[in-house]
Amino acid sequence: MRRALRKLIGILCLADAVALGAGAADAHPHVWITARSELIYAPDGTVTGVRHAWTFDDMFSTYALQGIEAKTKGAYSREELGPLAQTNVESLKEFAYFSFAKADGKKQKFLEPVDYYLEYKDTALTLHFTLPMKAPFKAKQLSLEVFDPSFFIDFKYADKDPVKLVGAPADCKMQFMRPNDGTASAQKLGEQNFMNGDGGGFGAMFANKIVVECP
Amino acid sequence: MTVTSSRLLHGVAAAIAVLTAAVAFDAATHALLAQSPFGAPRAAAEPQAGGVVGWLLAKQSEFYREMSATIRAAKSDGSAVWTLLAISFAYGIFHAAGPGHGKAVISSYLVANRETARRGIVLSFASALLQSLVAVVVVGIFAWLLNATAKTMCGAEKAIEIASYGLIAAFGVRLVWVKGGGFVRALQAPRPALAVAGAHHHHDHGHGVQDHHHHAHEHHDPGHHRDPGHHRDPGHHHDPGHHHDPGHHHDHGHHHDHAHGHDPLHVHDEHCGHSHGPTPAELAGPGGWQRGLSAIVAVGIRPCSGAILVLVFALAQGLFWAGIAATFVMGLGTAITVAAIAIVAVSARGMAERLSAARDGGGVLIMRGLEFAAAGLVLLFGLGLLFGYVAAERVTCF
Repeated sequence: MRRALRKLIGILCLADAVALGAGAADAHPHVWITARSELIYAPDGTVTGVRHAWTFDDMFSTYALQGIEAKTKGAYSREELGPLAQTNVESLKEFAYFSFAKADGKKQKFLEPVDYYLEYKDTALTLHFTLPMKAPFKAKQLSLEVFDPSFFIDFKYADKDPVKLVGAPADCKMQFMRPNDGTASAQKLGEQNFMNGDGGGFGAMFANKIVVECP
Repeated sequence: MTVTSSRLLHGVAAAIAVLTAAVAFDAATHALLAQSPFGAPRAAAEPQAGGVVGWLLAKQSEFYREMSATIRAAKSDGSAVWTLLAISFAYGIFHAAGPGHGKAVISSYLVANRETARRGIVLSFASALLQSLVAVVVVGIFAWLLNATAKTMCGAEKAIEIASYGLIAAFGVRLVWVKGGGFVRALQAPRPALAVAGAHHHHDHGHGVQDHHHHAHEHHDPGHHRDPGHHRDPGHHHDPGHHHDPGHHHDHGHHHDHAHGHDPLHVHDEHCGHSHGPTPAELAGPGGWQRGLSAIVAVGIRPCSGAILVLVFALAQGLFWAGIAATFVMGLGTAITVAAIAIVAVSARGMAERLSAARDGGGVLIMRGLEFAAAGLVLLFGLGLLFGYVAAERVTCF
C-alpha cells in the first residue's frame, strides 16, 4: 500500500515535471503574417520552386522599419528596403524559411532564396521571395506546409487566392488546408510534441498545408 | 503506525495531486492560449477547458493586435491612451505565458526552496517590473537614442535572452546541488531524522519535521562552499533557543541578518537560503535585495518581445511615453498572473508539508524529493531554454 502510494507520488511528480515542461514549451505569436504562395512548375510538370509573398502585421512592419531612413517620409522604396530584405531572407535560412515540402512523402530541400524584395504599402511590409527546389522533382503527391514550429509567427493565408499553381499540368488537383479547419495533420497535444527538439510538433498544429496531386 | 503513515501518504499524494492539477490546468490554459489566434481551439484537444476560460484566453491575441490600432488612434485622440492601458493590462494578465515571464521557473523555485506565498508575490512583481524596465531601456537606447535598426536591437535582445537562460540554468545548478544534498541525506538517514524530528515535534507546533531534519544536517551541505569553515561550526547554527522563537530577531554575526518572525516556515532555512535565494524577511529587510536579486534577475532580465514591439511601434508613432506606460501596465498584469500561479504552487507545497509533518520519516523523504524535483525543474528549464530544446517565446530576428 505504502509502496504503491510512493510510486503514485513519484508518477505525479513526473507528471508535474512534464506538464511544467509543456507550459514552458508554450509560445504564442508576436508576428502575424498574411501569406500567399505560388507553386512553380516547369513546362514538363517538374516542380521547380515556391514563390512566397508574406505581408507582416502593422506592428511588426513598423518594428522592422526601425532605423531605416526613407527619402520621402512614410514611403519606402524597394531600393531603400533592399538591405532589410536581404537581412530577412538571410535570417529566414535558420528557420528553413518556415516552408516544409515533401514529394510523395519524401522531404525536399530548398536552395537559398532568389528574386527577393520588400514592398511597403498601407503601413505594411510584404516580403517577396522565391525558394528554388534543390532538386526539382515530379511527384504524384506534393505537400507543402508553412508554419513556425515555435509559433512565434502566426501564418495565416490570405482569404482570397491563398495558393496558386503556376504552370502546373492541367490534371493536377490542389487542396489547401488551413490549420483551424481540422483537416490539416491534426496532432493531439502530448508531451512528445513539446519535448522533441524545438517543439516542432507543437507549432505543426498551426501548419497551413498545401497538397497537390498529379496523376 | 502503519495506518497513520499510510493515511499520511494518502494526504501527501492528495496534496501533490492538487499541485499536479494546478500545473496541468496551467498547461491546459496555455495550450488554449496558443490556439486562440485561430478562434475555436481544436475540439479534440481540450474540449472541457473551452467555455469562459477558453474565451478569455482567446482574447489575449485580440488585445495584442488591438494595441497597434489603439496607439495609432492615440495620435489624434488622447483618450485612446486609456484604452491602450486597459488593453495592455488585460493583455499582460492573459499573456503571462512562457518561461520568459518566469512563471514556471518562479513556481518551481518557490517549491524547491520552501518559499512563502508572500515571497512568491514579491518575486513575481519584482521580476515583471524588471522585465518592463529592461524592455524600456533596450528600446530607449537602441531605437530612441541610437536609431539603430531592428536587426541590431534584436541582436541585443538575443544576447540578453541567452544571458537570462544561462542565469536560470546556473540558478538551477545551485538549487539542485543544495536540494540534491538534502534529498540524499533524507534517503540515507531516515532513522536519526525521525528521532530528532519526533523530539522536536512536541514543542514545536508551527514547523515541519523535515525542517529540523534538514537543519540538523545543514552543516554538511555541500552547497556552502563559500564559507565551509563557517558552516561547520555547529554551535552557530543549531542554537535551539533561537530556532523556536519565531519572533526573535537575531544576528549571527555573519553576512546576513535573519528576521525570522516574518516567515515561520522558513526559520531553519537560512543556510540554504543564503546560498541561492533570500527569505521574504531577507528580501524585505536591509541588504536582503542582494539575495532576492539573483532570482529576480535570472527571470526578469529578459524583456518580453511583445513589449519591445509595442515600444518601437509607439516610438515610431511619436508616442513613446504611451508605449512606456503600456509596457509597465502590461508588466503589472503579467505579475498578477505569475503571482497567482506562484501562490497556487506554494499552497500546494504547504499542504503537502503540513500533511507530511507528522511522526513519519516518509514525509521528510517525500518533501525532500519534491524539493529536489522542483530544483531539477529549474535546471531543466534553464538548460532547455539555453539550448533551445524548449520552444520558448524565443526571439526571432529577421
